[in-house]
Formats: sequence, C-alpha cells, structure tokens
Amino acid sequence: MRTVDLLVIGGGSAGMAAAIQAKKEGINDILIVERDENLGGILNQCIHNGFGLTEFKEELSGPEYLARFVSQVEELKIPYMTSSMVIDMTREKIVTISSKKEGVFKIKAKAIVMATGCYERGAGAIQIPGDRCSGIITAGTAQKYLNIHGYLCGKRVVILGSGDIGLIMARRLTLEGAKVICVSEIMPYSNGLNRNIAQCLNDYNIPLYLSRSVSKVIGKDRLEKVILSAVDEKMQFIPGTEMEIECDTLILSVGLIPYISLLDYIDCPTSSTKGAKVNEHMETMIEGIFSAGNCLHVHDVVDFVTDEGRLAGHGAAEYLKGEFKRGEKIVVTPKDGISYVVPQEINKDNEEDVTFKFRVRKPVKDVNLIIESNGELVAKMFKPVLIPSEMVMVKLSKDKLANVDKEVSLRLEER
Amino acid sequence: MKEFTCIICPRGCRLSVDDNMNVTGNSCPRGKQYAISELTNPVRTITSSVRVNNRDDLLVSVKTSGAIPKGKIFELMDEINKLSVSAPTHIGDVVKKDILGLGVDLLITKNID
Amino acid sequence: MERFDVLIIGAGVTGAMIARNLAKYDVKVALLDKENDVGNLTSNANSAIIHSGYDPLPGTNKAKFNVLGNKMFDEICEDLDVNFYRVGSLTVALYDEQLPLLKELAERSKQNGVEVKLLSAEEVKKMEPNINPNVKGALFAPTAGIVDVFNFVVHAVENAVDNGVKLFLNEEVTSIVKEGEYYKVKTQKEEFYSKVVINAAGCYADKIASMVEPIDWKITPRKGEYFVLDHYKEGLVNHVIFPLPSEKGKGILVTMTTSGNYLVGPSSELTDEKDDYRTDPPTLKNVRAQASEMVPSIPFNQVIRVFAGNRPTCTRHDFVIEYSKKDKNFINVGGIESPGFVSSPAIGEYVVEQLVKPILSMKEKANYNPKVRKYHRLYNEMREDNYKFSNEHLNYSEIICNCEKVTLGEILDVLSRSNPPHSVKALKRRTRAGFGKCQGGFCQPRVVLILAKYYGVSPLEINYDGEFSPILLEKIKGGR
Repeated sequence: MRTVDLLVIGGGSAGMAAAIQAKKEGINDILIVERDENLGGILNQCIHNGFGLTEFKEELSGPEYLARFVSQVEELKIPYMTSSMVIDMTREKIVTISSKKEGVFKIKAKAIVMATGCYERGAGAIQIPGDRCSGIITAGTAQKYLNIHGYLCGKRVVILGSGDIGLIMARRLTLEGAKVICVSEIMPYSNGLNRNIAQCLNDYNIPLYLSRSVSKVIGKDRLEKVILSAVDEKMQFIPGTEMEIECDTLILSVGLIPYISLLDYIDCPTSSTKGAKVNEHMETMIEGIFSAGNCLHVHDVVDFVTDEGRLAGHGAAEYLKGEFKRGEKIVVTPKDGISYVVPQEINKDNEEDVTFKFRVRKPVKDVNLIIESNGELVAKMFKPVLIPSEMVMVKLSKDKLANVDKEVSLRLEER
Repeated sequence: MKEFTCIICPRGCRLSVDDNMNVTGNSCPRGKQYAISELTNPVRTITSSVRVNNRDDLLVSVKTSGAIPKGKIFELMDEINKLSVSAPTHIGDVVKKDILGLGVDLLITKNID
Repeated sequence: MERFDVLIIGAGVTGAMIARNLAKYDVKVALLDKENDVGNLTSNANSAIIHSGYDPLPGTNKAKFNVLGNKMFDEICEDLDVNFYRVGSLTVALYDEQLPLLKELAERSKQNGVEVKLLSAEEVKKMEPNINPNVKGALFAPTAGIVDVFNFVVHAVENAVDNGVKLFLNEEVTSIVKEGEYYKVKTQKEEFYSKVVINAAGCYADKIASMVEPIDWKITPRKGEYFVLDHYKEGLVNHVIFPLPSEKGKGILVTMTTSGNYLVGPSSELTDEKDDYRTDPPTLKNVRAQASEMVPSIPFNQVIRVFAGNRPTCTRHDFVIEYSKKDKNFINVGGIESPGFVSSPAIGEYVVEQLVKPILSMKEKANYNPKVRKYHRLYNEMREDNYKFSNEHLNYSEIICNCEKVTLGEILDVLSRSNPPHSVKALKRRTRAGFGKCQGGFCQPRVVLILAKYYGVSPLEINYDGEFSPILLEKIKGGR
C-alpha cells in the first residue's frame, strides 16, 4: 500500500495553507488531494474583490488570492493530485482515493488534515412550500454557471437569504444583465457583512426585505412566481402579508454547512458548528486527524480560513515530529449569547497562546465578553458591536491559560 | 449630515460626514478617504469576466486596475462583454488598456493553462 | 406511417412491465408517455416498497396481484440489475386497543397466502431498538422488500427497447378513434396507428378511457408527501415500519431505501388536480409527528428533500384490469395505486397472457434476452472493496457527483443505452448524480455540460425535467 506522512484532503484555501505550513516545518512527504480540476476550491468562482486584506494587506479577487498559494505549493514542490477524491477512510488513516488519472487506490497516512470545505443548504433542506419546478438554484451553483461558464440561470431573480454569497450574487447578476427584484431575509437582520449590503444592494437599488420569506413557489415547468410573506418571531408566516412576485428564478443563499461525509465514516465526534470537534491544534478527537477551514466551521473571511489551515498544518507537523504536548484536557463551552466556540478542547500542556473563534446568537451592542474558568474570571473585554455574520476572534495568552483548569467558558454580559 | 457603510474592508464601519466634510465613525484613515470620495465622486473597482475563445464554456476573471466612477459601471460592463481572450492567461495580463478612456486598464485575474 | 400491433399509453411501472412482457413476442409495440422520461410521475414518487400482501382485502385484484408480484421480484431485479432487498416489514401497534387489529391483519394475511408472524413488544424492540418503547406488538412480514423504483422502471423499459419495443416520450394523447382494424391515437405532435391499445396512464387513465367510451369509474389522485433523509448511520430502522392501515392507506411509514437513505411518509389527501405535486408545511408537519410517534429519534435535521407523489386512486377501490365494454382491442389498466408497484410484474404478465394473447396472434421470439447489460457503479465497488473495473476503465474513477460518488463512466454508460436520460432529473434518477446532501449544488453544472456535449446542443437546451424546464436562460459575453 502507498504511504504518506501527511495527507491533506482538499486543495482549497485551508488545505493549501496547511500543506505549506507543514512543509515549512520540515514535513516533506505530503500529498494534497483535490476533487476539482484545479487547486483553489471555491475561490475559483469568487471573482469579486475583497480577499487578502489581512493576509497580504491588499485587496485581491478570489482567483488572485488563491494563485498566491498555488505558487507557494509549486515553489515548495508539494505534491498534489487534482480530479481526485477521497471516497473512504478509516480511523487507522487508510484512505481510498478515486482519481481520474490513477484509478482507485489506497494510501496509508500518518497524519491527515481535513479541509473539505462546505456545501450550501438547498430547497430540500429548507422545505420550500409549493411546486418542484426548474429555476430554483443555490447561489453558489448560480455563481459557478455565471462566473466560470458564462451562463445566466435567470433574467428576473428573487434572492432568498442575505448571506454574503446571496449579496455578492445580487450584484453580479445585476452587472451581468439580470434584473434582481429583491433579496428576502427570514431573520430581522441580514446575515451578510454590512459592506456587502452597501456595495451589492444599495449601490444598485436592490431592496432588502427583512423578516420575510418564500411561502410558496409557483411554476409548472419553470418558475413563474414566488409568494413572499412576513414571518412572526416564531418564523411562522403571517397571513395577509403575501407579496406576489413574478420571476423566473429563485436563488437560495440560506446557509452553508461543513462538508464532512468522510468524518461520518469514522464516527468522528462533531460540535454545534456541524464540523468536527477539535482541540487548540485543530486536531479532531481522533489522534492525528486535523480539520480546518469551512469544513470545521463556516468562516466569513477567507484570510481566517488560511490562518486556520496554517494552525492545522502546524499541529500536524508537531504531531508527526512527536512534539505534540497533550496533557490534561480543558473543555471549552459557549454560554449565554454565544452559539459556538472553536476549539472545543484545549490541551493543558500546550505551550502556545490560544485563539477562540466564536459567533454570537443575535446582534448585540455594548456587551462584555466574559471568559471564565470554574466560576473565576479569566478575561473580560468590551465589545461595542457583535453580529452573527461575523466570526469573532479573541486570543488568550498562555500566561492566562495557566490559570485555567478543567473547563473554560465564554459568555456575553450586558453592560 | 450623511451616513453610510464603509466598504473598504470586511469591518463595514458606519460612517457619518457633516456639511464641512468632517468624517466620524471610521476606524482607519482609509475610511475617511472613502467617505469623502463617496460624497464627491463615488467610485468602484469592477470585477467581471470575459470569454476564453479557445475553450468550451469557459470564462476568465478580470478587474479594473483602479476604481471608476459609479455612473460609468454599466457602460463599462457593455464594453467588457464585447471582449474575449485566448488561453493561456496570466494574472496581470492587460485585456484592454485605458478602457473607455477611464484611465484604468482591464486586467486578467486568473491563471488558465 | 408505422403501424403497431400494440400501443401502450403510459410508461410508468405498469406500462413498462406490460411492454417488457410483450417484448417476448414478435409483435410491434409502441410505448408512449407524455413526460420527458419513463416512470416520471407516480412510479417514481412513492414509498419504494415491495409489499408482502397482508393488507389488501382477500379476493380483490390488489390482493391477487400483490402476492403474485412479490414472488417475481427476485428474478426480475436480477435480470434488470436493480437493487432489491427483502428486508421485511413490521406493522406496529402502539396502543393496547390496536392489538386486535393486528390479529385481524394476521388473519387477512393467511387468506391472502402471505407469511407473517405476530411479535411481542419485546421481540419488536429487539429487532428495532429505535422503535417507540411503548410499542405493544407488531406483525412481521418477512417477504416485504425495498427496491430502487427509479431504475426498476428505467431498466425494464431499456430491456423492452433492447428487445424491439419503440419508446416515444413527450407524446400526450389527445384523442383515440377506431378506423377500421386500427385505432388512430393522436398526440399533440403526431398520429399513431395500432390494432390494440392498452391504457396504463396512471392518474390520467380515466381521461384516456373516456376517449373511447363512457366509463363508470374515476381516478381521484391521493397526494402523498414525503421526507428524504441523507445517508445516515445504519440502523435507524432495520425494516419497513408501518403503522396500522386505515381506509386512507397503509399510513405513514419509516423505511430505509436501497441507496442507504431513509424515507418518511406519505401523507394521504385527495386532490382535484392531477398534476398537483406541491408540498405544504402543515401536511409535512403532520407526517413528521405521526412518524415520530413510531420512531421518536428520526433525525429530521438530516432531511435533504421533500417531495409529493400522486396515487391513482379509483372509485372502484380496486385495480381496473379489463377489456373496454365496447371493444376487446382496447384494454384498461387503471387505478393502479398501492400496492401497484409490487403488483406490476404480475399485472404485466396477466395483461399480455390473459388479455392480449386471445385477441392477437403472437409467437415467442427466439432471440429475446431478459437481461440488461450489466451496470458498473463505483458505489457498488466500494461496498465490495474491489476496484478492479474502475482501475481498468479510468473514467469510472473520475467522480462527477461528490456526494453519491457517481463517475463520468457511469454517466456516459447510461447515455449510451437504449432508454437514455434527456434531462438532469432523468440522469439523476439513473445514476444518483445530484441525489446526495448537496442536491446537485456541486455536480449540476458538470452534469449539464456533459449532457450538452453528449447531445451536441447548447447548455441552454438542457432541461431540468420536462421539455420546457431549462436550467439556464442566457449565454452571456458572446465570444465563440
């Protein structure tokens, strides 16, 4: 059987960063497996600007951002296989790869970084009422048709969901010749970045309806119209608030979910992020299997995905070199106002600062973020504004971590 | 007093500009600059794509080398839609110099072999 | 104008089985369907259960054909290379007062000639650890099974076409007139002539029958809405789990499917519109509540799709399988609601041997082949952990659909067959590309381009389902 020290599953932003980092830390036997024809993952179709402000201090388009990492992969001579997909894996890290050029083969890895990205929730998952016609499509799929292949999936479009992909697509479709009638969001606030509401909707006078969702889709063969209804606090449609909109396309931007089918095969514990449960080195609860990027938790900014990939690559390198210090486990718990925290576990003997990444449940203003351990305050910081669409990061230095025992929790406190 | 969201970085600061062009709400100098430009001459960098002649159903992404006036966006799009290139393409290749005489170039943003 | 001996209206499972049985004989057969694919409506939106036959009233057509049909499935699925597993069914009683009904059903089974066993609460819990712990008992029917309904119909038609049957899709019958020895069957596009016409038009069978003579039966579709759950850990249920049946049908069941998914449903509401496939939240909520009563831990967060199917419920409350009153050369096969799928092989045989044979001279063909060309699937190789075929044919290792692990080789294979897919949905049904958790989010653009290239058309011409359901509306940026 073929063997490899580090197998990186997924050649997107997280996977490339992990491989590059591990290589820099002296791991030479690496293989990146990428299911698409090219490295880069979803950034290949994100042709808009706005990537790299943290990483490179300049504003790049998705393809430009990814190209910088592809260059590094090439320069560092890190082997990669494209049009190749992992179809099976075991807890012993025996991985089955189905590859366009090499057929199906097994490879045994000493360490694995899972960087398989996420997928979009679709019409089925949200159970849109009404007909099953053509013309209902997820934003990412519409983006691929448009930006990679040059086809418009619709001319008169309603977008459901105001996440960033939905907002970006509203602008893109408008620029490329479609009429975007409105964006409808079931929540009372948008799930996209404020700048995207400004530059994608306001710039083009596209209305954003909050607390409103699709109560019915109508169309025999192709979509003919949608009914938008207001929802109450319990997300139930309010009768009498129906708006009938003639359109040929409904684009869904209703959430991203970590793509972790492979982890299901090995019964890898998951967290409330719907990704794997990990420690501070982004190691899952299965030793030597690491996870980073959108398959761990859905990020808002790609620069942070890259950063997390590096952390996983660093963890894998330490693991492979036998330098990984474990020690007693500290359990990390999200409490009041916080929906999740990554990592979910910290090794007490870890000798590095730990960054907590979390999201809040709903928009809040003027709050304190409280970090506690066994009822004792570890850290407290003021946050003027926190919104669910933004991933928040707070660093806890190793000195402060020394005061933490067994458990640590994060919560919000109103001032 | 005018209020709007800064689009310079993902932070999206809420900016206010008074009649004397005093900017508040910004977290960095670029925000101030953006606020003033937004009131005097709003500009945007435009990204899009052009067709690759020698490949089936494939586009290559492009962007303007700098920001252009907001009012010129759709005129620019009409111009971009007329253009095409042949692979291979390289990031930074110029598709059209001084496009529409706006003083910016249209650049390739993707490597295609 | 080509003239046929037999023309079948409707290429659902009933029409397909009739066609396949006719294909054994040297007769010219046309199989028509108004849809863009075979089995597009009722046959592909149902519970995919091969019922044992404990439920239909003794002496009815339903009882007779169900029991006969069930026995035929092993051989047919072997010949047609279709996944079929006899997993057995459990009809569970959740309340003490339901126990007498179980006994009644057991008695009915005996009359129908179906092997069943009454189980105690303890026995049920052992077989189904996730069942409601208050279960009182169950009727176990070991011969019940699950089948890949999509490919059962597709492969049956493929096999029929391989043996000489002619398939015509997108042909909606508008009138039927007898002209001398032949029926002239007009569609919205053309005219067909045939000596014998068989009406297997599903929910539209009453409409078709009425084109020939007044009839005393009517089809009022009963809509059933379902949830489909993703591939989830094995063992949520290990059998088909039914509640006790009522006059509305067999009730809301929980079952695994041949592809490792779970299916929960159906509701049962009469609808006036034959084409009503809408789903609605209150109905689904009720389905969910009822199913959860039997299996409380169903992970509804794993739902990847909801859908509705229409059962062709007939006012006679039984299958209508008979000559028309006026003319033996027009045969009605209507009201084939549940247990229609399981009955189809027996109905197909009966219609050909008992109804067609007496009115048409037919000789058996010497070169009839009951088998379809073997299907190779990476997914099956994974189950066997043997990748010989994929390694010898590299496009069977080039994955197009990530979720269901469908390869380019498999897609090109179905396209090359005699009943090929013409739409994204038809391709999905045959290969499972787009059936997984992302529901085609990743693979649909690849699939559309593959279809366009194969048929030599623009991607704009590729439909999602019917002839007028394009996915893409405009090519931008001209170029070449």
